[in-house]
Amino acid sequence: MQETRSDNEAGYSAAELKLGQHGVISSIQGGDSLRRRLNALGMVKGAELVVAHAAPMGDPRSYIILGYQVSLRKEEARNILLQVAN
Amino acid sequence: MSGNNKIITVALVGNPNCGKTTLSNKLTGSRDSVANYPRVTLTKNEHDIHYRGWTLRIVDLPGIYSLTSQSPEERIGRDYIQNMQPDIVLNVLDAGNLDRNLFLTTQLLEMGCPLVFAMNMIDEARSKQISFDLPALSFMLGGAVVETDAARGEGIEALLSAIVDTAIGKKKSRLVNLPYDHHLEQAVACAQCRIAALHPDSMDEQQSRWLAIKLLEGDEDILSRENDHSALIEAMEKDRQILARQHSEEVDAMFAAARYGFIRGMLAEARQMLPDPTGHKDLTQRLDALFLHPLFGLPIFLVMMWVMFESTFSLGEIPMGWIDAGVGWLSDLLSVLIPAGMLHDLLIDGIIAGVGGTIIFLPNIVILFMFLAFFSETGYLTRAAFLMDRLMHIFGLHGKAFIPLVIGFGCNVPAVMAARTIESDKARLITILVSPFMSCSARLPVFILFAGAFFSDMAGTMVFIMYMLSIVVAMVAAIFLGKFVVTGVSEPFVMELPPYRMPTLKGVIYHMWEKAANFLQKVAGVILIGSILIWFLQAFPQNVEWDKDYDAQLMALEMQVQTPYRDRQIVLLARERAQERMRKSYLGQIGTAVSPVFAPLGFTWKDTVAILTGFVAKEVVVASYAVLYNQDEADTEESASLRSAISGSMSQVTAFAFMVFALLYAPCLATIAAIRREAGGWRWAGFSVVFSLTIAYSLAFVVTLLGAAMT
Ligand SMILES: Nc1nc2c(ncn2[C@@H]2O[C@H](COP(=O)(O)OP(=O)(O)O)[C@@H](O)[C@H]2O)c(=O)[nH]1
Repeated sequence: MQETRSDNEAGYSAAELKLGQHGVISSIQGGDSLRRRLNALGMVKGAELVVAHAAPMGDPRSYIILGYQVSLRKEEARNILLQVAN
Repeated sequence: MSGNNKIITVALVGNPNCGKTTLSNKLTGSRDSVANYPRVTLTKNEHDIHYRGWTLRIVDLPGIYSLTSQSPEERIGRDYIQNMQPDIVLNVLDAGNLDRNLFLTTQLLEMGCPLVFAMNMIDEARSKQISFDLPALSFMLGGAVVETDAARGEGIEALLSAIVDTAIGKKKSRLVNLPYDHHLEQAVACAQCRIAALHPDSMDEQQSRWLAIKLLEGDEDILSRENDHSALIEAMEKDRQILARQHSEEVDAMFAAARYGFIRGMLAEARQMLPDPTGHKDLTQRLDALFLHPLFGLPIFLVMMWVMFESTFSLGEIPMGWIDAGVGWLSDLLSVLIPAGMLHDLLIDGIIAGVGGTIIFLPNIVILFMFLAFFSETGYLTRAAFLMDRLMHIFGLHGKAFIPLVIGFGCNVPAVMAARTIESDKARLITILVSPFMSCSARLPVFILFAGAFFSDMAGTMVFIMYMLSIVVAMVAAIFLGKFVVTGVSEPFVMELPPYRMPTLKGVIYHMWEKAANFLQKVAGVILIGSILIWFLQAFPQNVEWDKDYDAQLMALEMQVQTPYRDRQIVLLARERAQERMRKSYLGQIGTAVSPVFAPLGFTWKDTVAILTGFVAKEVVVASYAVLYNQDEADTEESASLRSAISGSMSQVTAFAFMVFALLYAPCLATIAAIRREAGGWRWAGFSVVFSLTIAYSLAFVVTLLGAAMT
């Protein structure tokens, strides 16, 4: 998928994806507990996710990963860092 | 039946929404094995069934995504499997979502427990053109794999027979080791050496490998179990840091990624997915496009809420009328059968009135939970939470708290019960504790009476203000409780939005019935005792010293020629007696005794007694006023004479303070019972009473002060 943004390497997270955009996870920040939870849901390095829906006011949003849908608040999505596509 | 005494324990483990509850119900055949819907099974729940002469003990474990020690549910699951060593662990999988469902499986494999797999929701997978190479899967997973459709009962026989065959060793369950890359394998081997030095021969290869992986992952629970081996812990800590630095990734994340890699490989071999020939979006995508639509999603949700609310309370009125009539009929019948006296009064005014006043909520609860069961089973409930989360999050609440709070406008009892849909303990507890502030329909009569009597030119506005106040107090209380009272970390809002599914009628009706029965059993006891207590306080002491000889005077009046004037006198005298009766009862005495406490608010002993009776149910306050002001007890809040009777008794400021107090003070008895049940004990029920009394008193006092300052 080519839509991935390539600027701003440092803080490029799932929260910055637009609706319908894809991203590939590079790492999960935000502490052991959150990382383990997200890992268990398939959000591991190399996994691909797509933004599916946004709630009113843009938060939370739902993502498709491994073929199922999961919702995350922005504050959690910010901890999912994405690979920068070259 | 052959006489096998051995019991085969079968623990059901699976992700949330994999159909575990449905499968468990199908396995056990009888439906009383399900617990704690919709929060599903937090405490495990056992049920014995007989199959081919064996007794299978089916144990339902909570729905979980992994077996770390991240949440209470995960800990329950893991501890059960480790400590109880069930003969079979039945891993329920959603065939349409194996990529994620198998993550839990990889952890079960490492624990080395004997596994059987139910490939559930196979109907959905088939319709999506997904098929499986079962022998290959079964080989890679080291246990029997059976395709099931729990909703329609397909594959249940095959599953039961696979369970028994595996348990008696006819089918093999094989240990499977997940291969990791060589860095991780090296670290695992190294950790195993360390463990072997500490626990010589007490552990087999499987156990020590599992422990090594857990220690490397830094699992807090397991680390604390090895606490007395500080050298081991330190060494492992060092290994972990080195590994993490080398790969610039946490070790548990590396294990997780490796597990998902293993799953990918396995599915690439054993799963066949044909592209959907039609190319259409599936049902879930189409429905979400509507229900989560940026513009229409919210209005659609609000319409659904309105329909639910209207049905619950309007449709509920019909059966409520029947129950009311039935209770009335029963109490009429008993008053004929049982001679007047103590037993008569206790039965009719205490027990029947109290219990009747409780089961009157039953229609509300049944209808409401039918809707909730439907929303939850279809998957819509999570969408509703998704839509409302932003708003609720401002107050430290979960999106799922919205529905209970709205229900609270109707009745607090089902509101407290509906908080069950919230998984996080902290968020659920806060929701339970703030629900009683929502102005339920039983408080409306009190507002109408007071607004009509004291603020007749702006009665509507006053009632509206009360509703607004109830919302504001609930929200502020939620913030306060989240910050200072209910401890525990708030869990992140990570919520799966499962595919939409058509629930089975049986499932919905069953859940509805279960709720109703639950309500009757657990709540009715408290109500019964409470009603008897309040009745006792009102009816005793029996032989009061009357100010007047009412009987004689009444008798004298009866003897006179009947005139409208005489009849009027009789009524007035009877009311006066009722008022004195109330004043001299224990309740009246208590009211008089505690009324100094309420004096700063400007309340008299009559107001205090009315407040006390309102503990049973808030609408009783109106009936109490009727008695206290010598009106007909059957007077309603609309009655002009009752309004004029009380209108002179207090100032507008005091009346407003009373309305505020009546809105916020202690939840009614039924709600207290519900809180006790849902929040797990008297502690929180007691807290709720004290908390709301404090808030009610403080705000009413503020109203009094402001009123005094302004006049
Ligand atoms: N189509 C289909 N639906 C199922 C199957 N098993 C369960 N369901 C439905 O899936 C939904 C969730 O099931 P439930 O047992 O509550 O899931 P749990 O969270 O794992 O306990 C319900 O609406 C069930 O009727 C199945 O095998 N096929």
